[in-house]
Amino acid sequence: MEESLWVAILIAAMRTATPLILAALGELIVEKAGCVNLGVEGMMLVGAVTGFAVGLTTGNFALAFVVAAVAGAVLSMVYAALVLIFQVNQYAAGLSLTILGGGVSAFWGQPWQGQNMTGLQPTVIPGLSDLPVIGTVFSRTDIVTWAALAACVAVALVLTRTRAGLILRAVGENHDSAHALGYSVRGVRTLAIAFGGAMAGMGGAYLSCVMTPLWIEGMTAGRGWIAVALVVFATWKPARVVLGAWLFGAVSVMQIHGQAMGLAVSSHILAMLPYLVTILVLVLISRDATRIRLAAPGSLGKPFKPA
Amino acid sequence: MMNRRTLLSSSTAALGLGLTATVIPANLRAQEKLKIGFVYSSLIGDAGWTFMHDEGRLMLEAEFGDAIETAYVESIDGGADAERVVRQFASQGFGLIFGTSFNHMNPMARVAEQFPDVKFEHATGYTQLPNMAIYHVRDYEARYLLGMVAGSMGNSLGVVASYPIPEVVRGINAMTAGARSVNPNFTTKVVWISTWFDPGLERTTADALIDQGVDVLAHFTDSPAVVQAAEDRGKYVVALGAMDQYGPKSHLTAMVYNWGPYYVERTRAVLDGTWASSNTWEGISRDMLTISPLNAAVPADAGAAVTAKQEEMRTGAFHPFAGPVLTNTGEEKVAAGAVADDGMLLSMDFYVEGVEGALPS
Repeated sequence: MEESLWVAILIAAMRTATPLILAALGELIVEKAGCVNLGVEGMMLVGAVTGFAVGLTTGNFALAFVVAAVAGAVLSMVYAALVLIFQVNQYAAGLSLTILGGGVSAFWGQPWQGQNMTGLQPTVIPGLSDLPVIGTVFSRTDIVTWAALAACVAVALVLTRTRAGLILRAVGENHDSAHALGYSVRGVRTLAIAFGGAMAGMGGAYLSCVMTPLWIEGMTAGRGWIAVALVVFATWKPARVVLGAWLFGAVSVMQIHGQAMGLAVSSHILAMLPYLVTILVLVLISRDATRIRLAAPGSLGKPFKPA
Repeated sequence: MMNRRTLLSSSTAALGLGLTATVIPANLRAQEKLKIGFVYSSLIGDAGWTFMHDEGRLMLEAEFGDAIETAYVESIDGGADAERVVRQFASQGFGLIFGTSFNHMNPMARVAEQFPDVKFEHATGYTQLPNMAIYHVRDYEARYLLGMVAGSMGNSLGVVASYPIPEVVRGINAMTAGARSVNPNFTTKVVWISTWFDPGLERTTADALIDQGVDVLAHFTDSPAVVQAAEDRGKYVVALGAMDQYGPKSHLTAMVYNWGPYYVERTRAVLDGTWASSNTWEGISRDMLTISPLNAAVPADAGAAVTAKQEEMRTGAFHPFAGPVLTNTGEEKVAAGAVADDGMLLSMDFYVEGVEGALPS
C-alpha cells in the first residue's frame, strides 16, 4: 500500500476514535466516583442534536461544543437525582436515561432533520502542515481530535496527581469511609456525573458537527455503549481508554479498506473484528486479576445511604 | 389528516362512534368517506423510505379529495407497537390500511385475520392473505439507470452496502451492468457494513472508498452521510430518495420510489368494490419507480441515453438482466437472448462482471 493510504487510514481511525474517547473519559470519571451511568448513548444524542442546532444557526463550533456539553450535563442530572437522592438502582436509572435522551433528542431534533451544514474544518497550522506525513495528518485532522487526547492526559493527571482526584477515588473506593472523613459523597458524585454528561454531550456533538455534519434521530448508533464497554475493558485507566478507542478505530477502518481491496472474508466476521480485537488486546494487557481489583472502584454500583 | 397525537386523543371518541356505527344501516354507511391508514417505520423527515411513502399518501389526498380521509402514524418499527396501531386503525372504521415496512408484516397479518372486511396492504413482505395484499418495487430497474449515470461520469463505483441479501446484490449488479453499458471498463468496489443506519460508519466507509480511488459513490444505507462525503471530497454520488440538498455538486441523481400511482390504483379499487388481494412486484412500467432529475454536470447526451433506456424499460423492450449475464468469475448465468427470471432475481447470490471481489457467503 502507498504511504498516502496509510495516512488516510490513520486519520480515519483517529476520527472514529474521538467520540468514543470523549464519552469514555467522562464515564471513567463517573465510575471512578462509584456510579455506573448506562445513559451515555442518551446523553450523546442530546449533545448531538443541540451541537448541530447551535452549529447550524451560529456557525460557531466552539459554542456548539459548549452548549452540547451543558445539554449532556443537564440530562445527566436526571440520573444524578434518581441515583443520589431517590436511591434508584444505578443500572435501571442509566438505561432510562438512554431511552429518555433518545426520545428528547428525536423530539427537539425534528426541525433540524434534513438540514445540511458545513462541519468543523481541520485546523491549518502554518509551517506544521508542510512537513511530510505528520503535516498531512495535522492538516486533515480537526482540533477536537487533539483536544480529546489532551483531555485524556488531564483526566489521568487529575486522578493520580491532585487532591481532587484523590477525594474522587476515595468516594468511589469506599463511600462510607469518605463520608466518615467528612467528604460530601453526593457532592463529589454529582460533579462527576455532570462531567460525564458534558463529555458524552461533546462526543455526540463531534458526530453531528465534525464527522457527519447533520442531525438524524438515533445517529450515535450505539457508540455510547461502546464507550461504556471501553471503560471496563480498559480497567478504568485513561491511557488504555485511548488505546482501546484507537484500536477500535484502526481495525474498523482497516477492515473497510480490506473489503474495498477485495479481501475474501465474510463481511459478518469483518464487522465483528473491531470489537473482537479491542476486547482481546485490552483483556490481554490487563489480565492481572489483582491489578483489576485495585483499579476497579470498590463502591461501584452500590447505593449510598448516609447514616 | 391525523397524526399520532390526535389519533390517540380521538381514540376514546372513536370507541363511541364504533358503537353507533353498528346501528347505522349498511347503505348509509357506504356513503361515508373511505378512511385510509398508513403505518410508517420512521419519521417522514428521514428524507428516504418513509418520506417517499408519505408522498404517495399526499397524492391520494390530491387525487380523491373529499371522498377519502387519510391518517398516519410515524416511527412504528414492528412488534406489539405495530399491532396496536394497525388494530386501532381497523377498529376505528378504517377501510384500507397500508403497512410500509417489512417488520409490519406479522403484526398486520394477525390483525387482518380478525378484521376480514378491512383491506390491508403490506410493502416488501411475503405473507399474502385474502384481505392482505403485498406490493414491492423492482428497484434494480432504477439502479441500472443510476449505473448508466455513474458510468458516464467516472470509471469506478464505490458502494456502501448494508447486508448481502438478494435485493442489495441485485442493485449492485444492476448498477454495474448499467455503468458498463456506457463505459465497458467500469469497475465496482463493494464494502458491506452490516447495518442499514450508522451515519458515522457510512461516512468512514465512503471516505475509505474515495481514498481507494473510486470516482462515484452509491449507497444502500439510509442516511445522507455518503452524499456529504462525496460533496466534501469533490466526487460524485448516485443516491436514494430526497438527499440532493446535501450535495449540490456531487448528487448526480437518486433512485425514487413512487408509491403514489399504486396507492391511487388500490384506493380506487376499494371505492369501486373491485379490490382483490394480490402480489405486486412492478417497477418503471407501472410508474412505481423513477430517478430524480439529473445534476447539471451530467452531459445532455448521457442524460438522453438514460431517458431512452427508461422508456425501453417502461415498454418492456429492455430488461436490465437480459443475457448474456456473466458472473465476475466468468460463469454464464443467463444465456444470450434470454432474461433472468423472477426466481433468479429474488435469490441473486453472485456478482456480475465488473464487480470486484467475492460476495460474502
